Amino acid sequence: MISLTVNGKAYDLDVDPEMPILWALRDVLGLTGTKYGCGQALCGACTVHLDKETVRSCCTPISRAKGRSVTTIEGLSPTGNHPLQKAWCDLAVPQCGFCQAGQIMTAAALLAQNPKPTDADIDRSLAGNLCRCGTYTRIRAAVKRAAGLPEEPTRSTSEEG
Amino acid sequence: MPLTRREFVGGLFVSAVATRVLADEPSGANKQSAKTAAPQPAEGLKPNLFVHVGSDGQVTIACHRSEMGQGVRSTLPVLIADELGADPAKIRIVQGDGDKRYGDQNTDGSSSIRSHYKELRKAAATARQLLIAAAAVQLRAPASELTAHDDAVWQGKKSISFARLADAAGKLPVPKPDAVELRPESELIHCFKDLPLVDAKPIVTGSAQFGADVTLPGMLVAVIERPPVVGGKVAGYDPSAALAVRGVKKVVQMPQPEAPWKFQPWGGVAVLADNTWAAMRGRAALKIDWDLGPNATYDSDAYAKELSKVVHEPGKSARNKGDVETALKSAAKVVEAEYHVPHLAHVPMEPPVAIAHFEDGKCEVWAPTQNPQDAMKEMARVLGIDEDKTTCHVTLLGGAFGRKSKADFVSEAAWLSREVKAPVRVQFTREDDVRHDYYNAVNTQLLTAALDPKGQVTAWRQRTALSPIGSTFTGADQATANDLQQGVTDLPLAIPNVRAETCKAPAHVRVGWLRSVYNIFHAFAAGSFMDELAHARGVDPVDNLHELFGPPRIVTLEELGVAKLPNYSTQLDEQPIDTGRLRAVIDKAAQMSRFKERKGRALGIAAHRSFLTYVAAVVSVVRDARGKIAVDEVWLAYDAGLVINTERARSQMEGAVIFGMSHAFYGGATMKGGVTEQSNFNDYRLIRMPQAPRSIHVAQVKSGKPPCGVGEPGVPPIAPAIANAIFALTGRRIRELPLVRAGIV
Repeated sequence: MISLTVNGKAYDLDVDPEMPILWALRDVLGLTGTKYGCGQALCGACTVHLDKETVRSCCTPISRAKGRSVTTIEGLSPTGNHPLQKAWCDLAVPQCGFCQAGQIMTAAALLAQNPKPTDADIDRSLAGNLCRCGTYTRIRAAVKRAAGLPEEPTRSTSEEG
Repeated sequence: MPLTRREFVGGLFVSAVATRVLADEPSGANKQSAKTAAPQPAEGLKPNLFVHVGSDGQVTIACHRSEMGQGVRSTLPVLIADELGADPAKIRIVQGDGDKRYGDQNTDGSSSIRSHYKELRKAAATARQLLIAAAAVQLRAPASELTAHDDAVWQGKKSISFARLADAAGKLPVPKPDAVELRPESELIHCFKDLPLVDAKPIVTGSAQFGADVTLPGMLVAVIERPPVVGGKVAGYDPSAALAVRGVKKVVQMPQPEAPWKFQPWGGVAVLADNTWAAMRGRAALKIDWDLGPNATYDSDAYAKELSKVVHEPGKSARNKGDVETALKSAAKVVEAEYHVPHLAHVPMEPPVAIAHFEDGKCEVWAPTQNPQDAMKEMARVLGIDEDKTTCHVTLLGGAFGRKSKADFVSEAAWLSREVKAPVRVQFTREDDVRHDYYNAVNTQLLTAALDPKGQVTAWRQRTALSPIGSTFTGADQATANDLQQGVTDLPLAIPNVRAETCKAPAHVRVGWLRSVYNIFHAFAAGSFMDELAHARGVDPVDNLHELFGPPRIVTLEELGVAKLPNYSTQLDEQPIDTGRLRAVIDKAAQMSRFKERKGRALGIAAHRSFLTYVAAVVSVVRDARGKIAVDEVWLAYDAGLVINTERARSQMEGAVIFGMSHAFYGGATMKGGVTEQSNFNDYRLIRMPQAPRSIHVAQVKSGKPPCGVGEPGVPPIAPAIANAIFALTGRRIRELPLVRAGIV
């Protein structure tokens, strides 16, 4: 039995201790906001917080979460209004949306440690999170907006012909 | 509340999902919620599948196309609401199931707006006309004096709300399409601007429902070991170690497909478990002996050498004007270059997945599919049942790019559900996705041009060898007219002698379409070759493009040297090849990037028409700290005719830049012994955040023409623009993708 906290709620899970946190969240707890993208810690779609650190939940066994606290996209903010979530909506960041939970969880950990990141900090922090739709320039801008930083020059611009 | 395993059903969580009602999201988590989310109740006005005006005035609009990031759910319903006279901010959007009554639902070919613009407006206008007819009775006024907007019908300042009209309107006979008039476009006040992204909040809070988020009571998760080589067979297998894994319930051999492959299940052996992890571990424990079959000799590097030989011999004529061979013989200078682009994989972030429940001779499926009607057809075929015994609910698609218009993963789930008598979710792992894709065609081209003593181009010959999509469906071994319209036969050239030839290229893997398809390599070759000609001629690349494409004009079939042109299933007189529009996007991209004042900057330009849309891109490249090539800024100008949602069009173009960069830098699925060598994002690499350009500038050139495509046309000019910029920086000409193979990125 593995005792842990997920999004502030206590659980005792009777599962294979080697089961990755991802599958415990999705298949056992029904928390499907965290996504499977690669299973090899290569894409970041499965990123959650274990205590305050980001982990790739697809490769982190549930046994590592014993006695600790997991936060997923569903638990990032009780109202869904974390500054990053607001900025993501304001700038219409998502396209298909599948990678965005992982992007936001990674960015949330970055801002918690480094409230005023530089472009290089953002790039380094999010280098492990793939987006096939190609929303990177908007993600950069949204992280900056959430941090209260000026968005130029990463913002994609619209010009009328 | 502590939760223990005792409370789980079959090891898979169900209860919370089962109680979730998904009124405003793609169809549901289980059968109950899917039924709750059924679009239209009986009362009120419902003249067709698209529009329902409830007795309470609530307007419900069905989005019958699949949402895969292109923003169709944020766009089509607004068009319908606007034509109707409803406030788009108040509408309820439901995702349409697969249903022939919607007409075509194949969300592919950048066609959702351009092919449905009038038809959807007609559906909405039908409802509006009925509401107005009902209001005319109540107001005792002629219908011609009434207008509909803001959820009401108006006579001057007097109005009756839709709520008070819906029931009466619902009792009137539905007019025939011919008797329904559309509003003038000027009355569409909510369209042709940046529109809100309706799925943003569910996406950023984790409640949006993608394929794998659907769970049914008693469901098993299947992970399938498919033949490593296309056409390979299971010679024998030992399931015992797999069955010993905790959670594994069954091991089942899949049916063997026969060529042509189409969307048949791939074959192999399925491991079914009560959770995904157990199914994956069970599969890893399987022991299978394979009979790999004739494709086990496929070596993509050796094949590329074959294609190179093939394009040096004359092929079958696809386009002919003047006399290219004579012009080449009498040329003052001949410029020739060979280009190669390998197979490309789709790798949407969400790997293919489908949930099927076969029961009582009927099959119900939930899937992130681009083409629900085709998924139903395939399920019916694989199960030997009538299509009307099948249902397909469409979830959000976690990226698709053409991969999810193939119904293979749906037919696998349907077959397995009947076989094991339980609901089944087939989950592709990333490795499955990379190795068992319908890859974009591999291609080699030879381009040859004749220059006269003044440097004018007098002849252009383009030979293309591509493994056609037809190979998957009929066994075809060379391109058809439909294939060649993507950047070969439709390429406008103000050159007196032009010839295109297609050469044989039999496929040894399943070939399918990937976002912008053959345009990817045809634009890469033509866009690069044009730049080679600019340098051979000593002409500025922008002026060179203007000269090669020629003056603004409508290009005729005669000028192209073809008898007909499929023109993306659109009449040529409605959407002709217009070099004026091409010139305008080139000029816009050049102006934004200050191309002509580029001193000290390494810029490359390319322009291409595809899916009826004109796009020009300018790319700036630099060397990074390690001396490798990096893209630091991109300017893209597009003319897609009327654009309903300019914000999603812009985001598609931004995304296309990154998508095109991924092909150029890393794209390439290679095969040895018939087996795909790549398996995951470590070896099928994509552009990551630090490589994304500092800025992507997108400009819409407004021509006022009818709507064209948006999802795909941004991709083709990116790779050649990058290659041309690399030439500007380094003097090195890139003729083969991906760049990583040349060691420069």
